[in-house]
Amino acid sequence: MKLKKIWLAAVAASTVWGAAAVGSAQAAEQYLGLPSYRVGPYAAGGTGVFGGWIDYMKLINERDGGVNGVKLVWQECETEYNNARGVECYERLKQRGGQRNVLFAPVSTGITFGVFERVPQDKIPLLSIGIGRSDTADGSVFPWVFPMIATYWSQASAIVGYLGQREGGMDKLKGKKIAVLYLDFAPGKEPFPVLDRLAQKWGFTTEKIAVAMPGNEQQAQWLQIRQMRPDYVILLTYGVSNPTALKTAARTGFPADRIVGWWWAGAEEDVVPAGDAAKGFVAGAFNPAGTDFPVIQDIQKHVYAKGQGDMQDPKRVGSTYYNRGVGHGIIYVEALRLAQEKFGKGQPVDGEQMRWALENLRLDEKRLEAIGAKGLMPELALSCADHEGSGRVRFQQWDGEKWVSVSDWIEPDREVVRALVEESAAAYAKEKGITPRDCSKEQ
Amino acid sequence: MQFFLEVLIGGLLAGMLYALVALGFVLIFKASGVFNFAQGAMVFFAALTFVGLTERLPQWFGFSPEWAGLFWIALLLTAAIMVLFAWLVERFMLRKLVNQPAITLFMATIGLTYLIEGVAQGMWGAMVRGLDLGISDEPVMWLLERHNLMISKFDLVAAAVAGVLVAVLAFFFQYTKVGRALRAVADDHQAALSVGIPLQRIWVIVWAVAGFVAIVAGLVWGSRNGVQFALTFTALKALPVLILGGLTSVPGAIVGGLIIGASEKLAEVYLGPYVGGGIDSWFPYVLALVFLLIRPEGLFGEKHIDRV
Repeated sequence: MKLKKIWLAAVAASTVWGAAAVGSAQAAEQYLGLPSYRVGPYAAGGTGVFGGWIDYMKLINERDGGVNGVKLVWQECETEYNNARGVECYERLKQRGGQRNVLFAPVSTGITFGVFERVPQDKIPLLSIGIGRSDTADGSVFPWVFPMIATYWSQASAIVGYLGQREGGMDKLKGKKIAVLYLDFAPGKEPFPVLDRLAQKWGFTTEKIAVAMPGNEQQAQWLQIRQMRPDYVILLTYGVSNPTALKTAARTGFPADRIVGWWWAGAEEDVVPAGDAAKGFVAGAFNPAGTDFPVIQDIQKHVYAKGQGDMQDPKRVGSTYYNRGVGHGIIYVEALRLAQEKFGKGQPVDGEQMRWALENLRLDEKRLEAIGAKGLMPELALSCADHEGSGRVRFQQWDGEKWVSVSDWIEPDREVVRALVEESAAAYAKEKGITPRDCSKEQ
Repeated sequence: MQFFLEVLIGGLLAGMLYALVALGFVLIFKASGVFNFAQGAMVFFAALTFVGLTERLPQWFGFSPEWAGLFWIALLLTAAIMVLFAWLVERFMLRKLVNQPAITLFMATIGLTYLIEGVAQGMWGAMVRGLDLGISDEPVMWLLERHNLMISKFDLVAAAVAGVLVAVLAFFFQYTKVGRALRAVADDHQAALSVGIPLQRIWVIVWAVAGFVAIVAGLVWGSRNGVQFALTFTALKALPVLILGGLTSVPGAIVGGLIIGASEKLAEVYLGPYVGGGIDSWFPYVLALVFLLIRPEGLFGEKHIDRV
């Protein structure tokens, strides 16, 4: 009997405390659901990206007291980079107490595909930085999806642009032979339409070679490449298939500096296991690595110096994945700030207000400098029609110990990429019976 | 012809690496009748523990990370941890399942897989690590210069290691008392117990030996592709090898590995372009399936005869 009383008292106390917590949360907290992946095959990427994002939010809370006084709170859900679990996390994170999630960013093309028809119903914007699908850049057809900074199509175009720069002009690509080694999954194949059109435009040829998942054995593929004798290899692989590719390339005598990877091959985790075989390898990036950026130094000062950092290994602060996470955090916080300016300063915002803010987000050099992130990400300017906002990519080279920037921000071939985006989005709209928004009437 | 030879030899050497993983499966199946689904996870756990120790030991005891003895100390400690792991598996999993149907034991090892994966990343973190065993991964120069063949020194060393391991294990099973006891246990748990074979000790021994094989496989594969979660996927490469070579044959693992390695590479190069490429993940399974139809017990497996 006594035990029962204690139990009831505990339940009552926790209910009152919980209600108070929710009440105060509604007053001055902004909730975000984070579908992170900290275990499983891609945990190295997940811990970096979500760690950087969380650290940036901690910085905003610690240094600035939140966004106009609104404290940032978040809840993680482990997806293990698994599509089914990702969709489950989407549902689980939708609501916490009385607060609704205002943004969903799974950092996984598969999970993005899994939820992207749900988000308009739930009015939760889907942030898909650096992942598929590229045609969602057309905001008139996909108002709730934001493939910000650069899509796979822009990236593919920027890679060709970078190769053109290396050759001394785009016209010098004529007659060149480029092998495209891709991991046989949806993102690995997404760049093909752009590569095909650019090959036609500039007169180079491509030979596409598939690597089956997970890609931990590539001897046959690299022997084929060796026989083919291409001028360059474009590497569209992820996870273990990255160091495996670089090691096997070295084993078959293909020079690393002639291999150009996409951004999912351009983290420290992709090159360190390959050792010397990775020296000279070039990869794309929309968030370069480094700790020189003032925002990263602020995180070290205000978060790590107080022992509150999210990274188990603080040495990873400033790594490629980590800085990518900080970039996610900056976009989230800046959109939140903009939404508050429009809909009420010092108040939490909802999904629709967040969507408006993302669509009207402008991050110019001046603003990036004020945040301390100049060079950490390209300038952004989104609109109703353009949910990508930039499309620019820079390239960095692994010197054996760190990534060194070897290009400025490279513009994609907008004519080619935009035409593909509009064609594909229009086909999707037709298939699903969607009437595209008239962006000339949107504010 | 030179290209064909290059693909063939590369495939045979890769096959030896698959066999290295397959050996762990064979050992446990041979001695306990359990198909150990967790073998891939054990490879990951062993390699991650080794690398984790090489990082932490210098921090804990203040000696230089460059010290040559570090490798051996980490290796010994990893081996000790694998023995402890074997004891824990026997004490808390196998002991409760004596004489249960094979499918029950198999299901238990599936659960064990998830446990190991979680514990490994929990203990040592999710970071991808490089592992340098000091074996050069360059082509053998005289083969390159005389025959224009690119054969990796690393693959040759790894194949030699696998060969030595097979020889040692085959000797252990055929000519030692413990080996004979292991085979008796595999035949019938209860009959082995009735003639005085200490079942529990035998299981600890065999899981520990499979743990040592996992260390070797983990170090070789980890050195090749980095020590990361994907090491668990090496088990996927071993399964068709087992079907082909037979679940109970140590030399069968090697022969199966050679056939699978060579055929998947040749198929990828010569058939792949006609079907879109990337076929080396499923081609070995098709080959194994064909073998199953002709010889269900595999090339060297024991034929199972039930008397009625």
